[in-house]
Amino acid sequence: MSDAHKLMLIVRKAPHGRIYVHEAIEVMFIMATFDMDLSIVFLDDGVFALKQGQDTKPLDMKGFSPSMAALADWDVKNVYVDEQSLKDRNISADQLISVGEDDETEETVYPKLVSSETLKQMMHEQDSILSF
Amino acid sequence: MLHTINKSPFENNALDNCSRFLDKNDVVLLFEDAVYAAKSDTTKSSLIENILKNNKVFALQADLQARGIDELLSGVEIIDYDKFVDLVEEHPVQAWL
Repeated sequence: MSDAHKLMLIVRKAPHGRIYVHEAIEVMFIMATFDMDLSIVFLDDGVFALKQGQDTKPLDMKGFSPSMAALADWDVKNVYVDEQSLKDRNISADQLISVGEDDETEETVYPKLVSSETLKQMMHEQDSILSF
Repeated sequence: MLHTINKSPFENNALDNCSRFLDKNDVVLLFEDAVYAAKSDTTKSSLIENILKNNKVFALQADLQARGIDELLSGVEIIDYDKFVDLVEEHPVQAWL
């Protein structure tokens, strides 16, 4: 696995107003089928995509919460969220949705809160980065 | 005049710019990604707090619900699509896209 291509998806746009977050999730599921070292990072307005309690019924739009809740089932377990972006938007860690269940430990997987400094280092370690 | 905003205040300065052009009977409507501006205790909350000192601010219920925004700044009035239409009938509209 150490030789696997390191790919990071970075989501910076708010959900629902535009198509970026939907597109990012599509790409996540596609990339998850390849043997890659895949990680997903939510920062800036992208962190709003992870907030609990989103209900798109009044907009007559298909939401993506079911897809997000199944990420770990597709072996997308490296889901990160920028602490500073959450703080700026008054979102606490316990207001975030889970991204599925680890099939080995059977534990619920949540996005991992990381500092901007840590994210900076992670970005430098990637072979490629896709931005949304 | 009705001023409509539809972009997030965290990535676009439409709301800040709009606030310089508000006359005393003008009202502001937040919809689509602009409803994030109505969330309490964020780094952008002061934009709406300042506008509320002199002008009414409305936010569209469907967009709040879609985004799971339930902690609103006090003073922001939640409206439905029917009230949106009423506002458009009552005022000339300036859309801050």
